[in-house]
Order: sequence, then structure tokens, then C-alpha cells
Amino acid sequence: MQIAFWILAVLAVVSAAGVIWQKNLFRAALLLVLCFLAVAGIFVTLSADFLAAVQLIINVGAVAILIIMSIMLTREVTSGNPSGKLGLPALAATGVLAFSIIITSVSSYWPLSSSSPLEPTTAALANLLFENDGFIFLIQLGAILLLTTIIGAIVLLRKED
Amino acid sequence: MPGLEHYLILSGLLFCIGLAGAVIKRSAIVILMCIEIMLTGVNIAMVAFSRFITPVELTGQIFTVFIIVVAAAEIAIGLAIILALYRNRNTIDTQKIDLLKW
Repeated sequence: MQIAFWILAVLAVVSAAGVIWQKNLFRAALLLVLCFLAVAGIFVTLSADFLAAVQLIINVGAVAILIIMSIMLTREVTSGNPSGKLGLPALAATGVLAFSIIITSVSSYWPLSSSSPLEPTTAALANLLFENDGFIFLIQLGAILLLTTIIGAIVLLRKED
Repeated sequence: MPGLEHYLILSGLLFCIGLAGAVIKRSAIVILMCIEIMLTGVNIAMVAFSRFITPVELTGQIFTVFIIVVAAAEIAIGLAIILALYRNRNTIDTQKIDLLKW
């Protein structure tokens, strides 16, 4: 568990940094996929098995393919992965932010629970999501959001003639 | 067994890397990728809180499900906007898309 966590954490951070440092845009997209894979493993170490599967299917599968396809469609690979003028100030500001996040999360008091987690979470999640007093309203809102997204994408990319 | 702090530090690092990339980078697709990294970092924090503080209620995992749904919708619309921009102006460099710049 310990070894798995450290390997996955280092992999996630390094590949996320590689998305920024990598000059080749296509390789940056592949590093993003690697980062998503490592985060799916992190979910497994947190005993969130259903979320790991969701992460694999949606982020590693669908989102990665969308991004790689749009890189292909825009021929952006030829112009590389340029940085703007704000490089150093942005790095300094986010460094300070990261430092304060680390300090806060280490020094805060967390009311940890000692009970062991649910092992197959799928049935419990389904009960929470689809019960009448659960999150069923948000599920319906999510369906409307996805439908709006599909229609919006089609309208944006329709050829006007 | 790594504790809650380890996961929180990992999530904060991922969030800050994504934030730095979203500010620094010029290609619109890379900016969208960095926003995805930020959302992933937040997801790790949610699941870690759900695992270590409320292991039985699972509310944090429900939030993560909805974050993933909204992130998928956001990336689809974002890439559609980028492709429409590319069709109109032949570039997705955010420094050159300055129609609204004063």
C-alpha cells in the first residue's frame, strides 16, 4: 500500500509537470493520460473502486481521445508548446500557493474516523445516487447538462451554409 | 499506510501544477489539459476526505462523480469552442486571439 502510493504519487506529479515542460504537444497529451492513470491507481489505494473505474472509462478513455483528436484536427503539433510572458511570476505565485496548502494540510487538526471503509462501494453509491431522498435530482440535472453539452457542441461546429 | 496529509499534499501539488500551466501556457488545448489536472487534484482531495473522515457515508465520492460529469461536459464544450476558433482564425494561440483586447 505504502509503496504503491508513493510510486503512483510521484508518477502523477511528474507526468503532470511533464504536461507543462514537454515541448511536443502530442507527448504532452500522452503524459496527461499517464497522469489520469496514476490518479485512478490513487483512487484504488483510497478504496474507491467504483471511482477508479469511472476515472479509467471517462478520463483515460473519452477525455483523452477528445484532446488527442482535437490536437490532430488543429495541426497544433507543428507550433510546439509555447509559454507566455508570465512564466516566472506565475511559477512564484503557484509555488507560494502550494507551500501554503502543504503547511495548512499538515498543521490542521482533522477529525479522523477509525472505522474501516466500505469495500465494494458500487451498491452503496447507487443507493445514495438513486434513492428518492438522495441525489436523484442532481442526476437529472446532470442528464440535462450532458444533453445541453451535446447540442452546444453540434451548434458550435456546424458548417454554416 | 499513507495518511490524509499525504493525499492532501498530493492533491495540492497537482492543483498548483495545473494552475501554473493554465496561466503560463499559450496553446488553448494545453490550457484545457491543465484545467483537467486541477480538477483531478480536487477529486483526490474529495476522495481522501471521504476515506479518512467519513468512510461509511461516501458523500465525498458522490461529489467526485458530479465533478467528473461537469469536467467531461466542460472539456467537450471547450474543445468545440477551440475548433470553431481554429476554423475562423487559423490559430489557437491565446496571444493571437485578441479580438476583444483593447
